[in-house]
Amino acid sequence: MTVEAAAPILRVDHVTKRFGGLVAVDDVTFDVKKGEIFALIGPNGAGKTTLFNGITGIFPPTTGRVIFQDREITGAKPHQVATLGIARTFQNIRLFEYMSALDNVRLGQHCRMSAKLWDSLFKTPLERREERRVTDRAIELLKFVGIERYTHTYARNLPYGSQRRLEIARALATNPALLLLDEPAAGFTPQEKVELMGLVHKIVDNGVTVFLIEHDMKVVMGVSRRIVVLDHGEKIAEGTPEQVRNDQRVIEAYLGKQH
Amino acid sequence: MGTIGEAVRRRRSGLRAGVAGRILDFALIAIIAAFLILLGTKVVAQGGSFFVQILTFAVANGGIYALIALGYTMVYGIIELINFAHGDVFAFGAFLSGSLLPIFGLREGGAFTPVSAVALLAVFALTMLACAFLNISIERIAYRPLRHAPRLAPLITAVGVSFFLEGALFLWKGPSNVHYPNILPNAGFELFGATIGVKDLLVIGISLILMFALGLFVQRSRLGKAMRATAQDRDAALLMGIDIDRTIAATFFIGAILAGAGGTMYGLYYNTSVFDLGFSAGLVAFTAAVFGGIGNIYGAAIGGMVIGMIRTFWDGYFDSAWTDVMIFTILILVLIFRPTGLLGMRVPEK
Amino acid sequence: MLRQFWERGPRRDPNTIAYVVLLVAAIFFPILVNVITGGNSSSIMTVAADAGVYVLLAIGLNVVVGFAGLLDLGYAAFFAIGAYTYAFLASDHMRVTPLGEPIHVSFWIVLVIAMFVAASFGVILGAPTLRLRGDYLAIVTLGFGEIVPRVFRNAAGWTSGVNGISALDIPSLPLWLQGPWSGDPFAVVPDFKIISSIGYYAIMVILVIICVILVRNLQRSRLGRAWMAVREDEVAAAAMGVNTVAVKLLAFSIGAAFSGFAGTYYAGKLSLVSPENFGFSVSITILVMVVLGGMGNIPGVITGALLVYYVIFVLLQQLPEFAVNFVTSIGLGGLVKSSGDYPGIAEFISRLKFLVFGLILVIVMLVRPQGLLPSRQREQELQKGVKEDTVIEDVNAETT
Ligand SMILES: Nc1ncnc2c1ncn2[C@@H]1O[C@H](COP(=O)(O)OP(=O)(O)OP(=O)(O)O)[C@@H](O)[C@H]1O
Ligand SMILES: [Mg+2]
Repeated sequence: MTVEAAAPILRVDHVTKRFGGLVAVDDVTFDVKKGEIFALIGPNGAGKTTLFNGITGIFPPTTGRVIFQDREITGAKPHQVATLGIARTFQNIRLFEYMSALDNVRLGQHCRMSAKLWDSLFKTPLERREERRVTDRAIELLKFVGIERYTHTYARNLPYGSQRRLEIARALATNPALLLLDEPAAGFTPQEKVELMGLVHKIVDNGVTVFLIEHDMKVVMGVSRRIVVLDHGEKIAEGTPEQVRNDQRVIEAYLGKQH
Repeated sequence: MGTIGEAVRRRRSGLRAGVAGRILDFALIAIIAAFLILLGTKVVAQGGSFFVQILTFAVANGGIYALIALGYTMVYGIIELINFAHGDVFAFGAFLSGSLLPIFGLREGGAFTPVSAVALLAVFALTMLACAFLNISIERIAYRPLRHAPRLAPLITAVGVSFFLEGALFLWKGPSNVHYPNILPNAGFELFGATIGVKDLLVIGISLILMFALGLFVQRSRLGKAMRATAQDRDAALLMGIDIDRTIAATFFIGAILAGAGGTMYGLYYNTSVFDLGFSAGLVAFTAAVFGGIGNIYGAAIGGMVIGMIRTFWDGYFDSAWTDVMIFTILILVLIFRPTGLLGMRVPEK
Repeated sequence: MLRQFWERGPRRDPNTIAYVVLLVAAIFFPILVNVITGGNSSSIMTVAADAGVYVLLAIGLNVVVGFAGLLDLGYAAFFAIGAYTYAFLASDHMRVTPLGEPIHVSFWIVLVIAMFVAASFGVILGAPTLRLRGDYLAIVTLGFGEIVPRVFRNAAGWTSGVNGISALDIPSLPLWLQGPWSGDPFAVVPDFKIISSIGYYAIMVILVIICVILVRNLQRSRLGRAWMAVREDEVAAAAMGVNTVAVKLLAFSIGAAFSGFAGTYYAGKLSLVSPENFGFSVSITILVMVVLGGMGNIPGVITGALLVYYVIFVLLQQLPEFAVNFVTSIGLGGLVKSSGDYPGIAEFISRLKFLVFGLILVIVMLVRPQGLLPSRQREQELQKGVKEDTVIEDVNAETT
């Protein structure tokens, strides 16, 4: 069990999120290890996206703690979380539709830029240099995810698959240590799914830890060494794909419904 | 980066928010107490009959503001739009009823017979319907096409409609104050040395009746329930088979009915109106809606009462040049520090 | 080099043409007026310099409404603050206030001070409000816009109340340069005052050009991109590390600073401030300029400002008289007289202003939300929900 030895990059500690009477996430605890591809699965409405929102500060958890790189980030603002090094994509793509693909990725670098109001107003050499650097990096990232031909296209005019890739490029632009992907392969053909998993591996090879939500268990089994299963807000299983696949509760809650 | 972690930890422990909140509460209570004490000394100095007189004005005023505030709050509750034009619908009600009175044979100085009472009722009904029709048309023409546009668009449109209506009233009656026929008998009775007039009773009575009727409607009727459901979650309401367009139109209809009644009563009570009445009265009523927690019907009724009373007491006991400054300062402070309303009623989290 | 230019040429920012046209017009306008009026241009040039104040205001409000997508309905309050800052700091007025001592600070220094004073009020007002829902800002600024003129009117001990403050210092050039622009031979004179209308006009044009350059730089910077993002999707922007509150606050206070700046210029030119000049209708006028011209597009809002200014301060002034002559000449002289609620044709037309303003706001938002001269990006964005399935072409090379 070599993975167990690695240091956790993210620790979700007894996190609960309530919406009025509904308990969307119920006392969930797990660790994401540095450098791994960690997966969260579960049927519709299990609370997966809600958990992501809790980690990234969009809807802070009702109780429990989120610890990132040994620092507690529970209740931090989304932009603080992003600046600390957690980037994310959204299940229902949330690109800046009326900005070009390039601008979307340049915006992603916002929190890594240092130009102040003064520099922007007077276009100081610092700002010019920085803009050039940021533009180069953005084009690099568009190439990295394979959509450089859409550099100057409005994000909303990109084909569906490329929009998902653009969201990943935008998230990578924030220079994260941990990347959260919310159903990155949703709506993809099997061929596209394979390509996407290739991209995920490439991202991890670049030193970014990936934590992804995926609906399709078969896809997850292919990339992930460790999986957590959520059902009705509760963690019902955790372990290797083999362990999860053979878990009685998982079969009942998850696979049972599909078969 | 460490500072972020620290700030987060502090916020988490509830220390900062707690202390700031408590200081704020304390400051608020201190201000209100200081005001009440100051008011108290003035009240004592000026004598009891003056106080009763002011109190009567205050309740009548509060009733009118509450009726307007209800329209703001209902529309905001259901489509999250500040209907800037609502105040001007109220002003339109004042102008229209003022012109209808002579047509229905109600003239200043004339005897107020039972027939006059029926005529007055007709004027009320006509004005309320006309305002309702106006408000529905506004919704249909100016707001509905923009329901899915960026939020800025309907907001600007609402400002535009408000200005348009003010412009129309300006075109109709010009810039100066317009006299409103004083048709009600000046009779009244004495209470603790103050005179309570027919006007006071009429305004207080009608506003209470209307608010009670609205409460009943929202709680009991199918449409009222649909309105509450739509306000809570539009998508869910749609799934439940509620006709959203119709429900929204009904909200505008009811809001305007109350505004029309309010406008008529304003005219009857003050015997004057002016083209930009809707702007100032609207802003005060909006303050009331915010005070009671925007989107909250009971909050708006109570908020309208409270704001109307604060206004009247200030007018009566302090320098009236500062009344509006004070009201709008309350508006800003409440929005900033207690955005869910001072009355502490919960507004659904969106 | 040349090839590169040609290749980029057709895909260039269409605004370039608009800027060139505006600049050429600004330069040739005084000459043209001079020729037409036979050297008697001063009254027209005064009006034109005043129009510049509104251009500045519109450019500033555009940062708030057009770039950041926030609705500021109390914009005139910051204008008032700028104007009163100049009145307090550059006149004998302080002698009659509890302070007892007159203050005379140079116009150019007050321009900067007023910017900071107005921006500070913007921060005080915006910082707590901008954490809340977007439309709360509209109502808070509306309230603020009502408070400020009332305070200036009521605090008579400091402001002389409704009478306002008059005899403000006449601005002089910072280097005390005198020349043909002031109708004098070229010389350096210590106490030269800019009183010629051409002088004001020239200063105005220069101020506008500087402001346009600065705002354009902002729009194309890191900050401009953040504004766009926040306007489109606040949650996504925050998740990408944009401090949305800070970014919105910056837009709001930059807008306020502009308004304060314009207020000082206005006070300096008029040499008089009064609480009656800063009401809600001023805020709305500026909003109409921005919305009509094209939210988010600088040449658009400049055009909108000039157009609306022309309609209100030139056309609406002359129209009533024209209408009287017109109806009389076609034999409908009866329309001139008032009867009942009808005030006569002249008054009727001069009363149309508010109605038309309201109509412009509504119709533009419903029919052409992007305004007359739209920004490319804003055009697409605002059409959303109004007309579905708009065809969208690629963004041009401007973004590189
Ligand atoms: N903002 C909210 N307000 C109220 N309830 C919410 C909110 N967000 C999510 N929920 C509820 O929380 C539960 C979990 O939703 P969530 O979106 O996290 O599920 P999920 O696992 O991501 O499902 P899916 O696979 O469909 O994406 C659902 O019942 C949902 O209705
Ligand atoms: Mg989900």
